[in-house]
Amino acid sequence: MGKRIAVLSLQGAFVEHEKMLGELGIACFEVRRRKDWDQPKDGLIIPGGESTTQSKLLVDLGLMDPIKDEILGGMPVFGTCAGLILLAKNMEGGPFGRLSTMNISVRRNAYGRQLGSFHARGSFAGQDIPMTFIRAPYIESVGAGVEVLSVVDGHIVAAREGNQLAAAFHPELDDCQAVYEYFARMFG
Amino acid sequence: MNMENQDRQTLNRNLAQMLKGGVIMDVTTAEQAKIAEEAGACAVMALEHIPADIRAAGGVSRMSDPKMIKSIQQAVSIPVMAKCRIGHFVEAQILQAIEIDYIDESEVLSPADDVYHIDKTKFDVPFVCGARDLGEALRRIAEGATMIRTKGEPGTGDVIQAVRHMRLMQSEMRRIVSLGEDEIFEKAKELQVSLDLVKYVHENGKLPVVNFAAGGIATPADAALMMQLGAEGVFVGSGIFKSGNPQKRAAAIVQAVTNFRDAKKLAELSEDLGEAMVGINEQEIKVLMAERGK
Repeated sequence: MGKRIAVLSLQGAFVEHEKMLGELGIACFEVRRRKDWDQPKDGLIIPGGESTTQSKLLVDLGLMDPIKDEILGGMPVFGTCAGLILLAKNMEGGPFGRLSTMNISVRRNAYGRQLGSFHARGSFAGQDIPMTFIRAPYIESVGAGVEVLSVVDGHIVAAREGNQLAAAFHPELDDCQAVYEYFARMFG
Repeated sequence: MNMENQDRQTLNRNLAQMLKGGVIMDVTTAEQAKIAEEAGACAVMALEHIPADIRAAGGVSRMSDPKMIKSIQQAVSIPVMAKCRIGHFVEAQILQAIEIDYIDESEVLSPADDVYHIDKTKFDVPFVCGARDLGEALRRIAEGATMIRTKGEPGTGDVIQAVRHMRLMQSEMRRIVSLGEDEIFEKAKELQVSLDLVKYVHENGKLPVVNFAAGGIATPADAALMMQLGAEGVFVGSGIFKSGNPQKRAAAIVQAVTNFRDAKKLAELSEDLGEAMVGINEQEIKVLMAERGK
């Protein structure tokens, strides 16, 4: 049986993730409601977008706790940008609810407003890849059990803790499959 | 366009991609901005007067006071947009100087130039522009807009024009997809846009930038209607803070945009929202803002 990945599709750039998975021949489906989530799946992608919007919708649609439970139960998850923020246990000035499953501290809008958005190249798990940062966060520090995968300009921008992978940049926007191939090995 | 400009254009198109599936709300105070953020808005549009009031007051309508815009930037963590007049590139320079996240070169304000739009390729900050049809949309993109929205008819609470503009754009795109390779040259001439842009639509069946709906959206059902017609997200202007219960209505519209095909959910969301904005019918309008800038 082929693998099937859930893509959280409440708000943001979820279609771009679906396209990348499609190019790798990995099936996926959109999660907009509780009954979508209840389908069988091998992993979850939480896309970029606005973390406050996604957080509000996770709560209002009754998805926050069920998703959190499965992540804590070991289901592979990959969060980009807003997704990284939702996974983080610690964040400054963030009153809103998050999944808070990953042992990292993040700083939101860490590079400032849109004028601070940028392209870079950096090493991801030892591979040189293009990276797109859009009003991006970065990881200020990681706790025990977290492996740092990318550092750009002295800031941690990708990390893994067991079944959880998070990136501050947007691999769904660049023509490079390296991060997806890495994620695929986590559920493969 | 040099390499650096090209790079900014890509990043600016990318920011619009992050707004997809979301609701951008007009706000006039820091307090309203917080209400919008808490309700799940993916961005706010900071302006002194919402379109319904601009329409009622008449007179010349201009860029908002930078101090007011800055107070909103400080109040929320989501992107903050602001409007400048069509063709008023100095208002745009000022908005760029205060690091706005997106400029709306908007027909809601009084146009400053009846011939030229702003050369948006000269700016680092992104621009969204209104369009009534595909030709307008592609001409704005050629000028450097990195996001498009329908013009609709702002400040009316009447969705008819947004529907008309979105339907027209979608059907024109479907027609271009079906054209033969040798027929797209003529289409580029007819739309007064570069061949490259028409080719993009021919091959992809969509605009090269994100396309939102705007103008007259007042209810969760209006928002879901625009999404089902092909919008990638919605702007809600007067519809929220001119209604009886802004918090509840804002949150309901946010959920309606996520679950725009789920009629049961939409029924729940439409319950008990209090008074919608009163609205003006299309036929009763004196000033057609959508006619501004072509």
